[in-house]
Amino acid sequence: MGNDASPNVTGHTISKGSAWVFGDNINTDIIIPFRFKSRTNDPYEMAKYAMYGLDPEFHNKISNGDVIVAGRNFGGGSSREQAPVALRYAGVSAVIAESFARIFYRNAFTIGLPALEIPEIRGKVMQGDELIVNITKFTAENIRTNEIFVAQKVPEFMHQMLIEGGLVEYYKKYKRLPWIY
Amino acid sequence: MSSSLLQNPQRDADHLQRVLGDDSLTFAEKAISIKNVQIKANSGFTRPKVAAAAGDIVIVNVDLALAQDSTGPLAIRSLSEMGIERIYDPSKVLLVIDHTFPAADEKVANLHSMIRDFVSKHNCMLVEGSISHQYVLEYLANPGMIILGADSHTCQAGCVSAFASGIGSTEIAAVWATGQLWLRVPETIKINLSGAFKKGVFARDLILDYIGKVGEDGANYKALEWSFSTDEVKERFSIDSRACISNASMECGAKISVFPVDEITRNYLDQNPRINDAQRIEIQSGTSAKFKDELEIECNNIEPQVSGPDNIDKVHSVDELGTVEIDQAFIGSSTNGRIEDLEIAARILKGRKVHKNTRCVVTPSSVKVYEEAMRRGFVEVYLESGAVFTNATCGACVGTHLGALGENEVCISSSSRNFVGRMGALSSKIYLASPATVAASALEGEITDAKRYLQ
Ligand code: SF4
Repeated sequence: MGNDASPNVTGHTISKGSAWVFGDNINTDIIIPFRFKSRTNDPYEMAKYAMYGLDPEFHNKISNGDVIVAGRNFGGGSSREQAPVALRYAGVSAVIAESFARIFYRNAFTIGLPALEIPEIRGKVMQGDELIVNITKFTAENIRTNEIFVAQKVPEFMHQMLIEGGLVEYYKKYKRLPWIY
Repeated sequence: MSSSLLQNPQRDADHLQRVLGDDSLTFAEKAISIKNVQIKANSGFTRPKVAAAAGDIVIVNVDLALAQDSTGPLAIRSLSEMGIERIYDPSKVLLVIDHTFPAADEKVANLHSMIRDFVSKHNCMLVEGSISHQYVLEYLANPGMIILGADSHTCQAGCVSAFASGIGSTEIAAVWATGQLWLRVPETIKINLSGAFKKGVFARDLILDYIGKVGEDGANYKALEWSFSTDEVKERFSIDSRACISNASMECGAKISVFPVDEITRNYLDQNPRINDAQRIEIQSGTSAKFKDELEIECNNIEPQVSGPDNIDKVHSVDELGTVEIDQAFIGSSTNGRIEDLEIAARILKGRKVHKNTRCVVTPSSVKVYEEAMRRGFVEVYLESGAVFTNATCGACVGTHLGALGENEVCISSSSRNFVGRMGALSSKIYLASPATVAASALEGEITDAKRYLQ
């Protein structure tokens, strides 16, 4: 992750990075084990354990802006918001998966980690492929193959919240919750 | 927050009667419609005339909003970053220190202090020791309540017919601030139970068997609704057994998992009076309600099940598994640490010794369960057998204290999950089974079913 790591901040709606490809059922205990996340409230500390269950060194290997690509049911298991937080603060600019577990999906939008559900992504991205993710259009482009994938639509208020960098940032800017009119 | 969201009591009463009487609605549709906040037109939200239907996205009033010691600190932080000083109704906000109780080290202790400070500032509810879901079941949950919790197993309260579901920390902070949240109305899978279990088979085997068949995302975003083919079958499913099923339904992604109210629910509620004043609203799916899927589970066909390691939907019958030696046997967690579970474990361990190569840890899910286990003499049985009996907490379920696993160790557990490294070292292996199977395995030092100990 390096010292210059910072999450994809408000206003940066297009990011470019290398793909890290994973399989199905990447659960929240893999994304950040309980014994680490339960001992800190600091997102940068959480980031040191991103994907610990598969590779304790993941946070040192990825570069800011990289993208996780996965199969079905990404983020299953716990309600722990530390899971998307750890990924975001480790420098992950987006997660693209065939499908997401319900709570992880909500949490990702809430904390401002772009989560793109693209059912046809399986087999279309290789480890290390350069991807461009556009949060406004909700698309991902594989530069190697020139293919552009469009993610499943989400309600407008969720999309707006994501573009603003999550619920807290949205609230700070508009002084209201995105779903209250 | 906004005056347009205030409720009108008379209109609410009429609305309630209309929704409850609508035969075309499922439990989930009714439960959400009752608590649906009417919002302005053109807001992008569904504005149902009478009721919300599966797929609609609506805003609901929340009756109880909880967080625990590993999700609460982030919620408190988000609230403070938003600059929100007040919470909507302290009597509907619950903080629980359960996962690592009492604090295992100084870092945990500091986060616990943060929770206690928040509670004293806002005067909301605090519970220490009992696992949140068990406490909610014992003292707070009522049929028809909307319960949201920053803990995935909040869905357990569906066992007494609450609409209960897990969400994240920052969203629970938003509920604390406003009393409301947006929800998508889930489609429903209806499961009818019939028959009777064979010896050595329990509710946990049933739900493991189901998850093995549908997969870890088999009910993702869906409501599970359970029913019984006859009154006789119904009697076989105590509230403890229903709680196990509702809790473990999270493991196939269910948003809620409900048992509509029957005499067993009413008896339980009468015997365990609630300390909150929410009225009981008995909701039943209508006779012409549309389900996404309807299926029948014949209990007689289920064998003792074991799941794992590493994925919950890797389910086998104990017979098929082959020989698996174990280092630890854990009976506890919100999934299977209730009095019914402790009772069957005591029955199996009584007068016998835990295998010399195995540690057996028993952890009750609440202070109330702990007291009951003492009163009924289970604690002596465990100690005489060589097992360890701990305070009520999540403990070994999340590998944080009271039974973490070292490199390459193998554990059979009645807890919720067997994910890589959940109970400790990444190379350790966790198998999940019913408390009976876990207790029998503790005696033999390898995974075995409990049939021979239940003659
Ligand atoms: S016992 Fe396990 S599953 Fe239950 S609330 Fe605690 S950590 Fe979660």
